[in-house]
Amino acid sequence: MKALLVAEYRENQVRECTYELLSFAERLGAAPVMFIVGDADALPAFEGPLYLAEASTCGEFSPSVHKALLLEVIAREQPDYVVFSHSSYGWDLAPRVALATGAGQISEILDLHEEGFVVPLCNSKLRSTLKASGPLSVLTLQSGAFAAAEPQGSPQVMALDVPAGTDPLRFEGLEEAEKSEVDLSKAEIIVSAGRGIGKKDNIEMIANLAKAMGGEFGASRPVVDAGWAEHSRQVGSTGQSVAPKLYVACGISGAVQHLMGMKKSDFVIAINSDAEAPIAEVADVMVVADLKEFVPALLSCLQG
Amino acid sequence: MKILVCIKQVPDMESKFKLNPEGLWYSDANLAWRMNEYDEYAVEQAVQLKEQLGDAEICVLAIGPDRVKEMMKKALAMGADRGVHIKDEEPWRMDCFGIASLIAAYARDKDFGLVFTGMQSQDRGSAQVGTLVGEMLELPVLSTLVEFSFEGGRVSGKRELEGGVRARVSAQSPAVVTCQLGLNTPRYPTLPNIMKAKKKEIQTLVSSELGVQPGRVEMVRVAFPEKRKGGMLIQGDISQMTSQLMTVLKDKFSII
Ligand SMILES: Cc1cc2nc3c(=O)[nH]c(=O)nc-3n(C[C@H](O)[C@H](O)[C@H](O)COP(=O)(O)OP(=O)(O)OC[C@H]3O[C@@H](n4cnc5c(N)ncnc54)[C@H](O)[C@@H]3O)c2cc1C
Repeated sequence: MKALLVAEYRENQVRECTYELLSFAERLGAAPVMFIVGDADALPAFEGPLYLAEASTCGEFSPSVHKALLLEVIAREQPDYVVFSHSSYGWDLAPRVALATGAGQISEILDLHEEGFVVPLCNSKLRSTLKASGPLSVLTLQSGAFAAAEPQGSPQVMALDVPAGTDPLRFEGLEEAEKSEVDLSKAEIIVSAGRGIGKKDNIEMIANLAKAMGGEFGASRPVVDAGWAEHSRQVGSTGQSVAPKLYVACGISGAVQHLMGMKKSDFVIAINSDAEAPIAEVADVMVVADLKEFVPALLSCLQG
Repeated sequence: MKILVCIKQVPDMESKFKLNPEGLWYSDANLAWRMNEYDEYAVEQAVQLKEQLGDAEICVLAIGPDRVKEMMKKALAMGADRGVHIKDEEPWRMDCFGIASLIAAYARDKDFGLVFTGMQSQDRGSAQVGTLVGEMLELPVLSTLVEFSFEGGRVSGKRELEGGVRARVSAQSPAVVTCQLGLNTPRYPTLPNIMKAKKKEIQTLVSSELGVQPGRVEMVRVAFPEKRKGGMLIQGDISQMTSQLMTVLKDKFSII
């Protein structure tokens, strides 16, 4: 069995998630072949065959060109699996490759067993086991679900030529994340507000709780998107990654993108009216309550 | 310009889920249904574009049983002009390829200048359908946008990457855009618009007549995640709960 692993490169670096693909290939028992649109001076540390196209000529983000390159490698290597990270690069490119090859695609894989690949359903409240019907499967892996392999060795590089044709999609450059006003990564205690707070006014209650506990307050994405808190307070895959001693999640369901930002916390307390919210899976203490009653009550205990 | 917006009806994620008798999907009995959150951004962006262009027609498309028309009415009340309901009693049996094939079968040759979809659905979360539709129609796909603009026939936007980094991208229309959370602020339908929406046309087509493609992914089973042991559960009376939690805070963190 053979797995073609689609490595990622951004701003002169191989992205960490690349090494998760390697440990997944090992779990699959598949021989890894790697593919990257990157730079000969910044190759993944991996002992094995690597197809390389230069980002300087093929574009750092150019879905049609990268698809054409991948199709060429697939034709040459005849893999059983084409494996991507479930990242902004991977979830954009994978369906294009799946359609062009007639493969079935399984997204956001958490785990695997004999019968198939396990993916989350309904914000992780359920798990679905899936398998592709045909000979080729296109897979994307949930970030962090498979521990990154130790980077080691150097690949045997096979250079790819620039494919003919231009991409109708134009990539015009990257914009860095805004500089954070609040550095949550240093906070030892973080109390975060989720959509469950219900309205903007309730942010104050969460900020007060954070203060009473001697910490900072954070937020989930919907709270930031709604303009109830600034982006520098967002915890998660598209916000900050935090590792406090104590993380208190108030009215946060525990979507995987949120968990990615706070799973390194030493101790997690969740306050949620839904006992089955997926945050319960990572919580050391799960308080099943309406936060609008519970938080003020807790505050008066702390202040009293 | 003709604009297509693909929307999906999903259960409220705070529902108590049960499995269906086959054990392949969740049971759809006793659920509260709503519009997929990502699709609300898609509808809103289409309506804003229509406001910008003046001369545009927005068609919303949904696949599913009759209940999806409730959600379509919300999109019509937000400002879409007409609906296309592709009737299918059990759309969950189709994989992403099957769903995208139906949408593409409808949209092909209809001359849509832009197709908006959510970047993913809240229940399945595959992030495939919008991109597949674009590839099937051979249109450029701008996925995961958190900013959108349209000038002189060209779509420009920002894709959201990891850690808050954004990539500026653009393409000539016709094109497909998949919408990420935070792209805009979806409006609430006003009462007069809700009344007006009742008169807007929803055309019904049947999935089998459009041609359901054989799937490429098989469902083996659905299950609840294994419960993690060891977590402490605090439940019941407020004053008891606070004192239990205070004990934890004192013992573990010497807070107070
Ligand atoms: C590519 C991508 C990147 C993303 N990046 C991030 C990210 O960086 N950070 C992030 O947070 N999300 C991110 N998301 C969004 C993520 O998928 C979820 O939508 C989001 O985390 C949900 O936020 P929430 O838990 O606050 O809201 P919801 O999921 O709506 O949960 C609200 C919770 O509040 C509870 N609740 C409601 N009322 C009460 C009450 N009165 N008392 C107590 N509890 C109550 C409910 O039971 C529920 O569990 C991303 C999504 C995508 C697709």
